[in-house]
Amino acid sequence: MANANLALAALADPTRRAVFERLARGPRAVGELAKGLPVSRPAVSQHLAVLKEAGLVKDHADGTRRVYRVDPAGLGAIRAWLDRFWDSSLASFKAELEAEIRAEKQS
Amino acid sequence: MSRTIAPAPVRKYVEVGAPCDRAFAFFTARMGRWWRADHSLLAGKARADVVVEPHLGGRWFERAVDGSECDWGKVLEWEPPDRVVLAWQLNADWRYDPDLITELEIRFVALGAARTRVELEHRKLENFGARAEEVRAALDSYNAWQGGLDRFAEIADREA
Repeated sequence: MANANLALAALADPTRRAVFERLARGPRAVGELAKGLPVSRPAVSQHLAVLKEAGLVKDHADGTRRVYRVDPAGLGAIRAWLDRFWDSSLASFKAELEAEIRAEKQS
Repeated sequence: MSRTIAPAPVRKYVEVGAPCDRAFAFFTARMGRWWRADHSLLAGKARADVVVEPHLGGRWFERAVDGSECDWGKVLEWEPPDRVVLAWQLNADWRYDPDLITELEIRFVALGAARTRVELEHRKLENFGARAEEVRAALDSYNAWQGGLDRFAEIADREA
């Protein structure tokens, strides 16, 4: 799950999330992404590098431009969330059930 | 060209100090007792219960104290006390979507008279993928859930 944790950590940054949200609407080149964001183009490139490292986006060359898109395997982020969600829920299930059984034994 | 990448199912298990039928009943009939209050779709309203209607096709929903309800899914297979399969029909935006089905199978395996292994599998996660743009919304809610995860860590520590 290292990759999934990376994905969640990558999206904890609000600017990076904004970059990712823009990509969620369709593939974009770095320059297009930088327009309308209150950060410099090099900063956007850096955020993209982190998103790519986390497996959330992919890129490919289009002439001289580099175009980024959301990686469909970024579903991994939902999966990561569910992974933790079920850990948490089953722990709660076990704790409540066993607490009830302990209480019965004591009464 | 678009290819769907199917994510692996999420698989979990936990062992509990209870007989198989008791574990099954607690899981299904008393879900409101153990389902974490912060994992709610009632948008701020206090929860009264989480209900799994105990039959094939039964509804799975959350009910608020004011009586309003929020669907989560339905019962796809009902085999007490060994197994239940629920349809989790919450999309990546955590809204009920009757056209979306991901499957949640829970198996209860008796390990002894008072010990049960509860195995959970959440599968067909690729069905979320038909709405890739909603991944965004799911990720937005990451921060909202973080508090809950921290609390889980506390519970886990207490139990350790």
